[in-house]
Amino acid sequence: MRPILFIMPVMQLVVLSYSADFTVTNINIYVEDHDHSSMSQALTQKIAMSDYFNLIEVGNSYDEAYQMVEKNKVDVILTIPQNFSKNMHSAQPTEISIFADAINGTKAGISLNYLQNIIAQFSLEEIEKTGIQMQIPGIETNKRDWYNPDLNYKFFMVPGILVLLVTIIALFLSGMNIVREKEIGTIEQLNVTPIRKYQFIIGKLLPFLIIGMIEFTIGLIIALFWFKVPFEGNFFLIYGFTILYLILILGMGMFISTITSSQQQALFLAWFFMVIFILMSGLFTPIESMPIWAQNFTLFNPIRYYVEVIRLVMLKGSGISNILMHVSAVAGSAILINVMAMISYKKTA
Amino acid sequence: MEEEKVIEVKNLSKHFGKFKAVDDISFDVKKGEVFGFLGANGAGKTTAIKMLTGIWSSTSGQATVAGFDINKNRNKLKENIGYMSQKFSLYEDLTFKENVRFYGGIYGLSNKEIKLKTEEMIEHLELDNIQNTMISDIPLGWKQKIAFSVAVIHRPKIVFLDEPTSGVDPITRRQFWDLIYETAESGITVFVTTHYMDEAEYCDRISMMVQGRIEALGSLDELLTKHQAKNMDEVFVKLAR
Repeated sequence: MRPILFIMPVMQLVVLSYSADFTVTNINIYVEDHDHSSMSQALTQKIAMSDYFNLIEVGNSYDEAYQMVEKNKVDVILTIPQNFSKNMHSAQPTEISIFADAINGTKAGISLNYLQNIIAQFSLEEIEKTGIQMQIPGIETNKRDWYNPDLNYKFFMVPGILVLLVTIIALFLSGMNIVREKEIGTIEQLNVTPIRKYQFIIGKLLPFLIIGMIEFTIGLIIALFWFKVPFEGNFFLIYGFTILYLILILGMGMFISTITSSQQQALFLAWFFMVIFILMSGLFTPIESMPIWAQNFTLFNPIRYYVEVIRLVMLKGSGISNILMHVSAVAGSAILINVMAMISYKKTA
Repeated sequence: MEEEKVIEVKNLSKHFGKFKAVDDISFDVKKGEVFGFLGANGAGKTTAIKMLTGIWSSTSGQATVAGFDINKNRNKLKENIGYMSQKFSLYEDLTFKENVRFYGGIYGLSNKEIKLKTEEMIEHLELDNIQNTMISDIPLGWKQKIAFSVAVIHRPKIVFLDEPTSGVDPITRRQFWDLIYETAESGITVFVTTHYMDEAEYCDRISMMVQGRIEALGSLDELLTKHQAKNMDEVFVKLAR
């Protein structure tokens, strides 16, 4: 325990300072280019060169672009119309459309601002270069926010906070549980009974799973009816995933509980994981803005998966095919951690 | 039938690194006996009990309890023993009835049997007024009697009691020993550790542990004659020296 006491704060300070970065970078953009002119390519180039955008693809299919937004691979779609170059040259006003995934309203707003700045600058440069005599900027942007058109920040945060609460309840209830029996001595009594390990673990899991689900349901009702968060997806999907997720978190708690010998130790460990998991979950700061190593780190963070899933399913209406990666990651770790808990719970020393 | 052995221990040891907590002990316990397992604090009594109840594995030696090898057949063993630990073993935040239901369930008793047992205990231990009280609100002496009754709820072949009477007043201790006798008479062997030497005198046979070894074993009279002592206190002082 002692080394953890010192390693923990250092690790948290270093890791979390990188992840808790509120600047928005690495915005994934799809450029839907219907013009195929040197001018539209120049604009695309300019966007790709900026510090904020990752050019994912240049294409001309709206459907393809939309699919990529659905799968969370693209945040913004920029549509350059067919006669973009022609209009510019003939000094006609031209309209560029921007669609943003506005689940995270703040991120969408910032993305649009960046993009509008780049376009305005581009338009000025072009006017200068080509000597088109127009006083007004040649390009007008037409922006549209998807999924959360009012940019209601609560729609983005409430499901995420619900995730946190469910996680905290589950982790702490199970984390404090077996270790408490160690403290009061009843574990010894249980160890001389013929109770089987799996019976013991299931007996510990099930009540907390039920409590967690009730907790989740209450939170969901508040989210839907008080905060008016839309629910676009499938209820069974979100409930199924929540059960899977709770089994994972309860297993983690159980594991902490079996390797510690006092409630303080368990609390200490549980908080250590909670703080890292929360700040690196994408709940407050977008994962895409984190450095690559931190992004890789989040792949081991259960909260990250659940936050993404609840936002995808509730706000975007994503189906199971869009969250297969999340389902398999959470299911795999749930099995792993529960097996670990079962192994480390020893009836015989 | 008198010679039926419930516990057979041969050269049993438990080492923690270089420290020999239990050092090569051998003894038998017969069916229906009240067997006193004595020794000072730290003499190795609890370690020995933990091996015999299948909580700890042994370093070397063999033992069978209720006919089952302590290292090989732990689940069978655990179905056939009862155990009441030094630490209080009932759930304090459950009532008497809930504790009985819980432990009865673990030992595979049917709902009907549990109900029957509960009524039996309420009558026998006079629990009418406290059957729905949280265990934490019940006086210690009473708690210990309940804990003991719960430890034998499944009618085991043998019950291990680890310092069952420590911290209990003399009257309750006396009552507790009445319970022990009743249990032994009903055919359940009682294996009891204590550091109260006067309690040793209630046992059919006594073993005395000193620093991990069994230094004396026999009935009270045998031990007193052998060590030329007036009571167990004297025997203890002589052996511990």
